Amino acid sequence: MANPSPDGPVDGGAPTAEPPPAGAAQGHRAVLDASPGPLHPVARETLAAAVDAGWADPRRLHREGRAARRLLDDARAVLADGLGVRPEEVAFAPDGPTAVRWMAEGLTYAARRRGARVVASAVEHSAVLVPARHAAAAAGEADLAAEVAVDHLGRVDLQAWAGAVARPGTVAALLQHANGEVGTLQPLAAAHEICRAVGVPLAVDAQASLGRVPPPEHYDVLAGDASSWGGPGGVGVLVVPTRTRWLRPGPADPDAGLNGPSGHHPWVPLALAAAEAWQQTAATREADAAEAHLLVDLVREAAAAVPDVEVVGDPRERLPHVVTFSALYGDGEALVRELDRRGFAVASGSACTSSTLEPSHVLAAMGALTHGNLRVTLPLASVSPRRAEDVRAFTAEVGPVVAAVRAELGADHL
Amino acid sequence: MKETHDSPDDSPDDSTDDAQDERGVEVVDARGLACPVPVIRLAQHAREATPGTVVEVWATDPAAAADVPAWCRMRGQDYLGARSCTAADGSVWTAYRVRVGGAAAAPGLTP
Repeated sequence: MANPSPDGPVDGGAPTAEPPPAGAAQGHRAVLDASPGPLHPVARETLAAAVDAGWADPRRLHREGRAARRLLDDARAVLADGLGVRPEEVAFAPDGPTAVRWMAEGLTYAARRRGARVVASAVEHSAVLVPARHAAAAAGEADLAAEVAVDHLGRVDLQAWAGAVARPGTVAALLQHANGEVGTLQPLAAAHEICRAVGVPLAVDAQASLGRVPPPEHYDVLAGDASSWGGPGGVGVLVVPTRTRWLRPGPADPDAGLNGPSGHHPWVPLALAAAEAWQQTAATREADAAEAHLLVDLVREAAAAVPDVEVVGDPRERLPHVVTFSALYGDGEALVRELDRRGFAVASGSACTSSTLEPSHVLAAMGALTHGNLRVTLPLASVSPRRAEDVRAFTAEVGPVVAAVRAELGADHL
Repeated sequence: MKETHDSPDDSPDDSTDDAQDERGVEVVDARGLACPVPVIRLAQHAREATPGTVVEVWATDPAAAADVPAWCRMRGQDYLGARSCTAADGSVWTAYRVRVGGAAAAPGLTP
C-alpha cells in the first residue's frame, strides 16, 4: 500500500512524494479505534502517584505494604460501588479476556459433578468461544460447546437460547452485555430469566460496555476490562456474587482474604488507576454517551449514503460509541491503510486485517459482509477532546476512501 | 460446507477462469485469491451471464463462506449452497453455487 511504514509520514517524519493527508488536520491523529483507547488523563496522574505510594506487596505488614493494601482496598471499594455490589464480590484478573475465561472456568469447575456443557452465543468474544470449543474437542463431544445463533442485528435468538440452556448437563451460559465489534446490546434480562428457570448460571461479558452504559444487573458472574472505561491495560475485573457457585480449579488460595475468589491481585498502582478512571468516567457517562450516540448516528448516515455500503448492528439497542460497516468490493486492509494515511486510526473485522486471516466470526454469524469492513470505536471525550470534529472529518472521508479503494481493484462499476 | 466429495474431472492446474463444466454450471475459479477478489470475480461474471445461469465460485479464502451469501443477499441473487472439494493432488477448496439473474438489478436489499 501507499505507506508501508506504520509510523511514517503521518507523524510528520520523513518527507514524502504523496499528497498531504486531506482528512485530519495537519499532524493531528483522529483516534477512532478506542478498543482499547488511551488512558484517561486523570487516571494517568493517579497511576504516576500510585507508582510511588503503592508499589509494595499489599500482603506485607510494614508501613509500605499497609499503604499498598489500603490503596487496593480503596480501588476495590470504588469498583464495587460503581458496579452495585459488595467489595468482597469484586476480584481481579490480568486482563479482560482472562477475566472472561476465568468466569466460565469457575462456573464449570464448581459444577463439574453435574456436567460440563456450556452454552454461548455465536458472537461471544473468542476468550469464550475458543476455550469452550477446545474443551469440547478434547473431550470428543462436540455438544459440550453449544453456540446459539444470532439474528442479522447480532441479537441472540432467545428461543434457541432457551432450547440450548435447557439441555441436560448444561452448567454455564455465556452471553455478552454488548458486542464490541458491532455494538448490539443483548437481551440480558430475558436471557437471565430463561437461565434461572432451568437453574443454569449466566456469565456476562461486559468488556465492551462498562463505562459506556449503566453496568448490567442481570448476571450470576460478570467480567470486564478497565480499558473500556478509560483505565489502564492489564486490569481485568470479575464480579462473583456470594450467591453464585463459582470456584477456580487449583489449590486453595492462601491470600483469599486479599484476593477474593479469583486468587489474583493486580499491581496496586494499576488497580488504583482503574478505579480513578471509573470515577472520572462514571461522573460524565450520561453526557458522554449521549454525544457519542449522536456522533455514531452521523457515521451511520455517512456510511449508508455510500453506494453498496451496509451498516451492521442494531441501530437503536446498541452501545453509544461503536459502529461497523462493510463496503461491497472493498478491501479492508486497503481501507484501514488509506484512512491511516489520511490521519485516521480505524479498525477492521476483515480477514486480511487479522493475524489468522480469518474474517470476524461476529460478522459471519450475522450474515453480514466480512470484506471491506471498518469499525469505529469512539474514545471518551475526556480522553480525546477533539472527538466530535474527528468524527465529522471522518464522515467526509468515508465516501472518497471507499471509492478510491474500489477503483484500485477495478470494482468501481460493478 | 455440507458435503465432501471429489472434484469433477478437471484437475486444479488446468482449470481456467470462467470455465464452463459439463453440467452446465459456469465456474469462476478464484482459488488462491484473497477477499474481496472472489466476490468481485463473481460479480463480474454475473454481469455477463444469462439470467438463470448457475455460477460456481471456487475459493480457498475463508471469507468467501460469509461473503458469497452476503453478496447474493445484497444483490438479490439466489444462493444455492456450498460443498467442499478435494483434488487428486490433495488440494482443497470450497465451491459456492449461485443462480444469477432475477432480481439482479436491485442492489442494497436488506434481509
